[in-house]
Amino acid sequence: MRARIAFAAVLVLAALAPTAAAGQQASLTEIEKQVMCPVCGTLLQLAESPQALREKAFIKRLIEEGRTEAQIKDALVAEYGEEVLALPPDSGFSLSAYLVPIVAFLIAAVGLALGVWRWRRAGGTKDDGAPPAAGPSGEDAERLDADLARYDL
Amino acid sequence: MSARSFIAVLAVLAIVGLLVFGLASKGSSRLAVGEAAPNAPMPRLEGGGSESLADYRGRWVLVNFWASWCPPCRAETPALEEFQQRHGGPRFTVLGIDTQDLTDDALGFAEKFGVSYPLLRDGNGDVADEYGTTGVPETFLVDPAGKVRLAVPGTVDEEYLRDEVEPLLPKVRS
Repeated sequence: MRARIAFAAVLVLAALAPTAAAGQQASLTEIEKQVMCPVCGTLLQLAESPQALREKAFIKRLIEEGRTEAQIKDALVAEYGEEVLALPPDSGFSLSAYLVPIVAFLIAAVGLALGVWRWRRAGGTKDDGAPPAAGPSGEDAERLDADLARYDL
Repeated sequence: MSARSFIAVLAVLAIVGLLVFGLASKGSSRLAVGEAAPNAPMPRLEGGGSESLADYRGRWVLVNFWASWCPPCRAETPALEEFQQRHGGPRFTVLGIDTQDLTDDALGFAEKFGVSYPLLRDGNGDVADEYGTTGVPETFLVDPAGKVRLAVPGTVDEEYLRDEVEPLLPKVRS
């Protein structure tokens, strides 16, 4: 019986969790880290220009009206365009901002791995298949034999 | 040249090309006298709908970039309004472009200064970029054919409007 009650309680909490998160109060400090000051070209968090101060006041007013973080960001986009977002949205053409670095990294990694593989393969062939270095010949060979004979113990 | 060298040269050229393109597209310069003024449509600050400079073809237009958060804009707006009162009509208008500003702030500004000339919104600053502005305020006099006749970085005052703009306008207000 206790196990059933506990299971039901877990289900109820799980169902309520998203509602609680959605109803969470938006914070100026958090939003400032995610949006830009369009005139200064820096994060709003770092900006103190007259335009930035008005933007902060606008966000503060929307927070006081009880808007969520997403609603406030939408309102900022409506005012200043998508450039106001520090991170581009992950849909449409803006998605390329996330995909291009990943694809470039993969291409570079594959290229590097291929290069290393070929380099090692070429090096290995030299070690295995190369003919042994030729020894001295003629007079040199005779002199070497004589020298070695002198030290033949 | 081996295939490998060719690919390496191509890659270097592509990187250099990208850098040059990035620098060239960043350093847009202010529209010069004689150049055609951009015709991008913009939403009206009040009343809905949109307009572009092309809608004013056949009139002299004093295009003024401004924002409510800009103190020099507050200083020059009374002079622009007074100039509009004296010269505004079918042959001339001041056209305010509110750039990188909040709509409510801009509406409050227009009401405070009793602005009667048309006002458009350039929220993301794209149109200001097309004109090559470096800040606000900046003003351009555009002739009836859509060519820039004056470009003023910074504030305009009564004296400038009287001495530089007025002589270019048609004499008869109609």
